[in-house]
Parts: sequence; C-alpha cells; structure tokens
Amino acid sequence: MARIAGVDLPKNKKVFFGLQYIFGVGPQIAKSILEKAKVDPDKKISSLTEEEVAEIRSIIQADYKVEGALRSEVQQNIKRLMDVGCYRGLRHRRGLPANGQRTRTNSRTRKGKRKTVAGKKKTPTKK
Amino acid sequence: MPRSVKKGPFIHYKLMQRITQLNQQNQKKIIKTWSRSSTIFPEFVGHTIAVHNGNKMIPVYITENMVGHKLGEFAPTRIFRGHPGTKAEKASKSK
Repeated sequence: MARIAGVDLPKNKKVFFGLQYIFGVGPQIAKSILEKAKVDPDKKISSLTEEEVAEIRSIIQADYKVEGALRSEVQQNIKRLMDVGCYRGLRHRRGLPANGQRTRTNSRTRKGKRKTVAGKKKTPTKK
Repeated sequence: MPRSVKKGPFIHYKLMQRITQLNQQNQKKIIKTWSRSSTIFPEFVGHTIAVHNGNKMIPVYITENMVGHKLGEFAPTRIFRGHPGTKAEKASKSK
C-alpha cells in the first residue's frame, strides 16, 4: 500500500493511473514523475518497492504543487478576482461561468440543479 | 488565442501619455477613457480612471492586484435585474 502526498492509496492499479488519483497530477505530470523516478509505468502500485515509493514521493514534494497546497492556491486566485471586482470575479460571486460561455442553456455545472420556475405558463406554440 | 508576446500588451497611446504626464507632475486626476481594451500598467496604480461602460463613466480606483487586467473588466456593461415576471407572479399569487 502506497501513501503519497497525503491520503492517496489506490492499490491494484498501474502506477501511471494510480498517481492520477492525486489532485494536481494528471497524465502529463504522472508520466514525467515516472520518467524521473525511472519506474516502469505499467507496474502495479502494490508491487512497488519501498525505495520506488520514496523516490516518487520526494519528486512530487520537490517539483509539484499537489492536493491541499494546490487547492488553496486555486481558491486564492479566485478570491483575488473577486476582491479586485473584475468581471470574472463578479461571475464567480454569482456562481455563473466566468469565461464567456452561454448561459441561456447548459452551464449546469456552475448553476447546479435546475430550478424550475413555478407557475410559469406554457407559451402557446406559434405557427 | 492570446495576443502575440512580440507586440507587448495593448494600451491606447493617448491614455499612456496622460498617465505619464500625471506621474511626472505627481498629480492625481480622474482620467476619462473609452478605451476599455487597454491593459492596466503598473504606472496606473493609485490613479482613478473613469471607464466608459457604454452608458456612463464608471470610476475605477486602480490597485496593485489589477495590473495586467483590462480596464473594461471593471466597468460592467450589463445590469441583471432579475428575470421578467418572477416578482409580479409572486405578488399575484400572494393575493
């Protein structure tokens, strides 16, 4: 069982994919970590040796911002936008998409579950 | 696609002239501008700039955090006043 950067321990997966369970590690970073650590990406996590785990751990600690630190950085960036009072900040405050996407339809990720407006009459279909 | 780095950030040249002028004279005056697409430079910090939003001038006080944004980002062009009918319908239901 490998525990890297906090609370991550996916067993019986290949290392390349297992590493991506860490917030802030995707395919690209996972690849470069494994290259640096000289670990075979196809190896299963359960079969990693202690040294390999330690190596991966030290590389992540040295070169990458992951998990809590990364999350707080993202939060800080958003907070800066809101404090400064720019358009993107205003959109974050309202919980709407910030990069100019349409809001007439979709954008449910930001807006959350549909809120049906009660009592809205059905408009008669025009010819 | 972002702007080519070679060109450097965009700023309306007259606005830059005004700012450098004021900085040399150590003055602070409200500068009116219609140039919403101008980037905020470090030289702007501390000035108040009235940015046009299509209707009126919105005074924007420039702080350090704003450097690198565009002036227009601080002068919203639309006002959202709620969806039509929502209030009226609530009122009619309560009757």
